Amino acid sequence: MKIRRSWGEKVFDSANIAVLLLFCVAVIIPLLNVIAGSLSSNEAIIHSQVKLWPVGFNLKNYEYVVQNGVFWRSFGVTLQIVLIGTTINMLLTILTSYPLSKSWLGGRKIILLFIIFTMIFQAPIVPMYLLIKNLALLNSIWALIIPGAISAFNMMLCITFIRTLPEEMFEAARVDGMSEYRIVWKIVAPLIMPINVTLILFYAVGHWNNYFGPLLYITDRALQPLQLYLYNLISQFDMDSVGGGESLLELSTAVTPQGLQMATIVVATVPIIIVYPFLQKHFIKGALLGSVKE
Amino acid sequence: MESGTVNGAIAKLSTGTPKKPGFWKYVLRHRAFYLMLVPGILYFLVFKYFPLFGSVIAFQDFNIFKGFSGSDWVGFKWFEQLFTYDKFTRLLRNTLIISLYQIVFAFPLPIVLACLLNEVRSMAYKRIVQTVLYLPHFISWTIVFGLTYMLLSPSQGLVNQLIAATGGESIAFLQKPEYFRTIIISSGIWKEMGWNSIIFIAALAGINPALYEAARMDGANRWKQFLHISLPGILPAIMILLMLKIGHVMDSGFEQIWQFLNPATYETGDVFDTYTYRAGILQGQYSITTAIGLFKSVVGFVLLVIANRVSKMTTGEGLY
Repeated sequence: MKIRRSWGEKVFDSANIAVLLLFCVAVIIPLLNVIAGSLSSNEAIIHSQVKLWPVGFNLKNYEYVVQNGVFWRSFGVTLQIVLIGTTINMLLTILTSYPLSKSWLGGRKIILLFIIFTMIFQAPIVPMYLLIKNLALLNSIWALIIPGAISAFNMMLCITFIRTLPEEMFEAARVDGMSEYRIVWKIVAPLIMPINVTLILFYAVGHWNNYFGPLLYITDRALQPLQLYLYNLISQFDMDSVGGGESLLELSTAVTPQGLQMATIVVATVPIIIVYPFLQKHFIKGALLGSVKE
Repeated sequence: MESGTVNGAIAKLSTGTPKKPGFWKYVLRHRAFYLMLVPGILYFLVFKYFPLFGSVIAFQDFNIFKGFSGSDWVGFKWFEQLFTYDKFTRLLRNTLIISLYQIVFAFPLPIVLACLLNEVRSMAYKRIVQTVLYLPHFISWTIVFGLTYMLLSPSQGLVNQLIAATGGESIAFLQKPEYFRTIIISSGIWKEMGWNSIIFIAALAGINPALYEAARMDGANRWKQFLHISLPGILPAIMILLMLKIGHVMDSGFEQIWQFLNPATYETGDVFDTYTYRAGILQGQYSITTAIGLFKSVVGFVLLVIANRVSKMTTGEGLY
């Protein structure tokens, strides 16, 4: 179907494309700026010659990041939190969602209300901090995993999805003598794979990017996750917490703080940028499911 | 059906409360489901409700060694102190102004973006724009702060290079209170504009194409079609998200503000959340900061209820 466009429409269409292009450029420029800086020479950075393309291309900054034990320790802590945390998140979310997806289950409404209330009326930070302190979880990675074990929002997505599965299928499984626990792991979990992927991504990205939790509960440098490390690196450039102090001082003529900061930012962002294009459609699916109103 | 009879036998043996024999029988029969709920309910009880009840320390002279039960009760002392505290007005002002700016500047942009994308004819171009604009949502605030820090650096930053090239003086943007709110709002838009447009894009896609067809027959141009079909079509989504945003007026986004904030910018950037962290967690003033938290939660809850009622009266859309 070809519709003839008027002169005004043509102007609008061109302007529209231009405006959207401008938005994209605005998103890309800060990223490009840091990538360019991280690949530039010390002199180029100091004399502020770097714009959006590397000047005096070299990989010195990356060499220091790769050799920096403290950076990799934080990277490892974060990786551990992502793996353990997401596993626990998924187990608990599916386990809680399955019974709550049964509209006939007595008390379901009350339990749902009990959970939704926590989304609307949030507890202040200080009592939460005191609770973690009393549970002796300060300076433990469990303080970053257990308090966020279930996201009420993600659980609602999961319930919505499970409800689309036909009840007859569960009946048949029960007639075959399957227990409800086996039904959850053998039937429900595999059948809701699309939403599983989405939730795993939401939880994993949440753990990867978590900064507030470590700021509250982690003071031990050996346990600081990546985001806390990055914050210390960028806003304080405190040698003790940043690491690689000696080798850095030795070769301080080769790298500048800015160069090192930029290279670290790039290395810490790369995992997200790499997985993002492949998983984009799952992310969007999750965002859309969230908008379904019961 | 074996388990059914076993359940029945157990139900008969159980000596539940005599008043409601049916209740325990029911729970026992479906015990698999209720057992599955135990870890989840326990989680919400311990990590969501317990801290909520722990907020009683806002009414106590809380002493960490005496605990919740041993500390003295002081009534509304902390709230009175809070409302007469000279910094309170600054915290309230900063929190409200940043939220207001977010509603005025950051909230409408995803709607505009969705409408613009809806008018793009090339599917490939539309998809590329979406892919690029959704990306920043997955970049942490720490990294966004890092990017901003590099961009605005007074000595090497790209922005100051441009200022220098046009003959201006370089500006230490992150140290100036007058730029703080602008930076917060802009970086927030940079990160979330694309992602927040998804809901509106979906709402636009859900509009019946027959409506546009009919409008074209009646001679409506694209602007008229937008005004009379697209806009009313996404109004429910706009209202619901606006209400949720109003419910969060007192939360200004700790993760973001804390990283951009420094003593030089407290004047325009110190909000309830950042003050709570400094005074409560770092300095141990537990009671008064819990009073702030409770004040925030109650105000947010009340605003949400009011916004919902107003929205229901004016547009017929509501959260519940």
